[in-house]
Amino acid sequence: MSNKVIYAIYNDDDVLMDAVHKTKKAHYHIEEVFTPFPVHGLDKALGIPPTRLAICAFIYGCIGLSVATIMMNYIMITDWPQDIGGKPSFAYYQNMPAFVPVMFEMTVFFAAHLMVITFYLRSKLWPFKKAENPDLRTTDDHFLMEVSVDDNEQELVSFFKGTGATEVKVIEKH
Amino acid sequence: MYTFSNKLKTFSFVLMIVGVLGIGYGFISAPKTIEDVENIIASENHGHINNHKHVHDVRDEVEHKHHLEHVLTQLSNKPWAALYVACIFTLLIAAGALAFYAIQQVAQAGWSPVLFRVMQGITAYLLPGSVIFIVLLAIAGTNNNHLFIWADSHIVEHDELIKAKSGFLNFPSWILRAVVILAGWNLYRYFSRKNCLAQDDSSDNANYKKNFKLSAGFLVFFIVTESIMAWDWIMSVDPHWFSTLFGWYVFASFFVSGITTISLVTLYLKSKGYLENVNTSHIHDLSKFMFGISIFWTYLWFSQFMLIWYSNIPEEITYFVTRIEDYNITFFGAVALNFIFPFLVLINTDFKRISWVIVMAGIVILFGHYVDFFNMIMPATVGDQWFIGVPELSSLAFFFGLFIFVVFTALTKVPLLPKRNPFIEESKHFHY
Repeated sequence: MSNKVIYAIYNDDDVLMDAVHKTKKAHYHIEEVFTPFPVHGLDKALGIPPTRLAICAFIYGCIGLSVATIMMNYIMITDWPQDIGGKPSFAYYQNMPAFVPVMFEMTVFFAAHLMVITFYLRSKLWPFKKAENPDLRTTDDHFLMEVSVDDNEQELVSFFKGTGATEVKVIEKH
Repeated sequence: MYTFSNKLKTFSFVLMIVGVLGIGYGFISAPKTIEDVENIIASENHGHINNHKHVHDVRDEVEHKHHLEHVLTQLSNKPWAALYVACIFTLLIAAGALAFYAIQQVAQAGWSPVLFRVMQGITAYLLPGSVIFIVLLAIAGTNNNHLFIWADSHIVEHDELIKAKSGFLNFPSWILRAVVILAGWNLYRYFSRKNCLAQDDSSDNANYKKNFKLSAGFLVFFIVTESIMAWDWIMSVDPHWFSTLFGWYVFASFFVSGITTISLVTLYLKSKGYLENVNTSHIHDLSKFMFGISIFWTYLWFSQFMLIWYSNIPEEITYFVTRIEDYNITFFGAVALNFIFPFLVLINTDFKRISWVIVMAGIVILFGHYVDFFNMIMPATVGDQWFIGVPELSSLAFFFGLFIFVVFTALTKVPLLPKRNPFIEESKHFHY
């Protein structure tokens, strides 16, 4: 089986969006699209399912809230319930207003940081990771659509020429 | 053009009539003399031997009489306070919508112009609301009831704290401030609407620019008068107590109620097919404001409470002691209604576009902020004699009915879509 892919390069995001719609309609399989900046509506056009990162963040926030509550309940109420300036440390709820700033910050801290880490893991980003640009210009001013080739190379090349691509390249992928 | 459906009109009249009857009943059934109070206390304590004994064990007849007089004041305040809370709450909903409207104008928001006429409809309640409110203030301020104890010269005479504040808290300057504040708000509302309508038929954007400047000026005026309003109309029922962020706290409370009302009226009109240019993205934006400002309210509620609870200075803490002891359910219930519920429901993006979810959350938020105003006024006026009964609910019904009648009548007067607003095209195609 050949590992050939087509690189169709565009220099305008409107042309790109148009090409994506056309490609979808012609039922060619789009492997990936590289853009220098977020193109509004591209994910919808590609049919990428919505992210669940926000749901993760909510769960992480709940974890942070639990950590803060359990930690302060253990330290301030259970382990050594001292009288500090007359604050009532007989039960958690009695001294709760004093704990709320910590509970709030821990919730935000967990939600934010764990969500960011989840994002890095899911999108496979880390320091010293090898960059995956198929064409250096895609980080500056060009848009690139990668489409897998079966046995229809000629057909695909002429199709993408027709979608307004400035360049259409056939690449052997390893 | 919107036509006021007969069903809704009838509904608003029914609410007003039921409200008036209930308010009348509240005034008639309130005790008039110490003997009435004694009978009430005796019947309430019937069967409770300990309490019964307690009443008779008060050896000192003078003290007993003082207690009865105190309870009489509280019970006779009940219908007044109920009326006052409902009146100020509905008035401030209109003011909150007005502030939101002015912010939208000044921020040159691209999404909201299709909702301007809805907002103008809601703020139409400002004028009748202000008139009724000024009358209520005049009655209270001339010591016809005991809502404001600083208005009672016999009390002020023996109260050094209030005496020291009488330079600010005296009837003439107090009522003058109220008139100036409400006149300012109403004038802005009047001219802003006038310019907006004139913009429809004009050939340039002069009226729009006029409105922009007017709105910017109004917001400066509003922020100052809003703070003074909070001291005068709400904080001064507790003239021994003061709090610095109180004005902001009150603002957050009625601002979110105003936004919620805009959202509910928009959804109602949309469901009747009158707002073809309003899509779920507009609703989504309003819901985000409901969500965000609900949390802002909570932030201020907690900041005020926690600072006072933490330092526990006797002159400040009494405010919360009475609320936690006598108003536990409404005091903490308001936090559940205004924070926990909207937080969990409106945090979800999809939910922010579903009408019935927003209507449900909106009703909870509005009720929660009524309870919030209840918590601010009642402890100082009726104390532990509070109850959400006939006077409270019927006052609410009356003002709610009046609000619906005035707002939906105003909505029939002009087209629901501004024509030549510079942002109207963007707003029609707003998509989030």
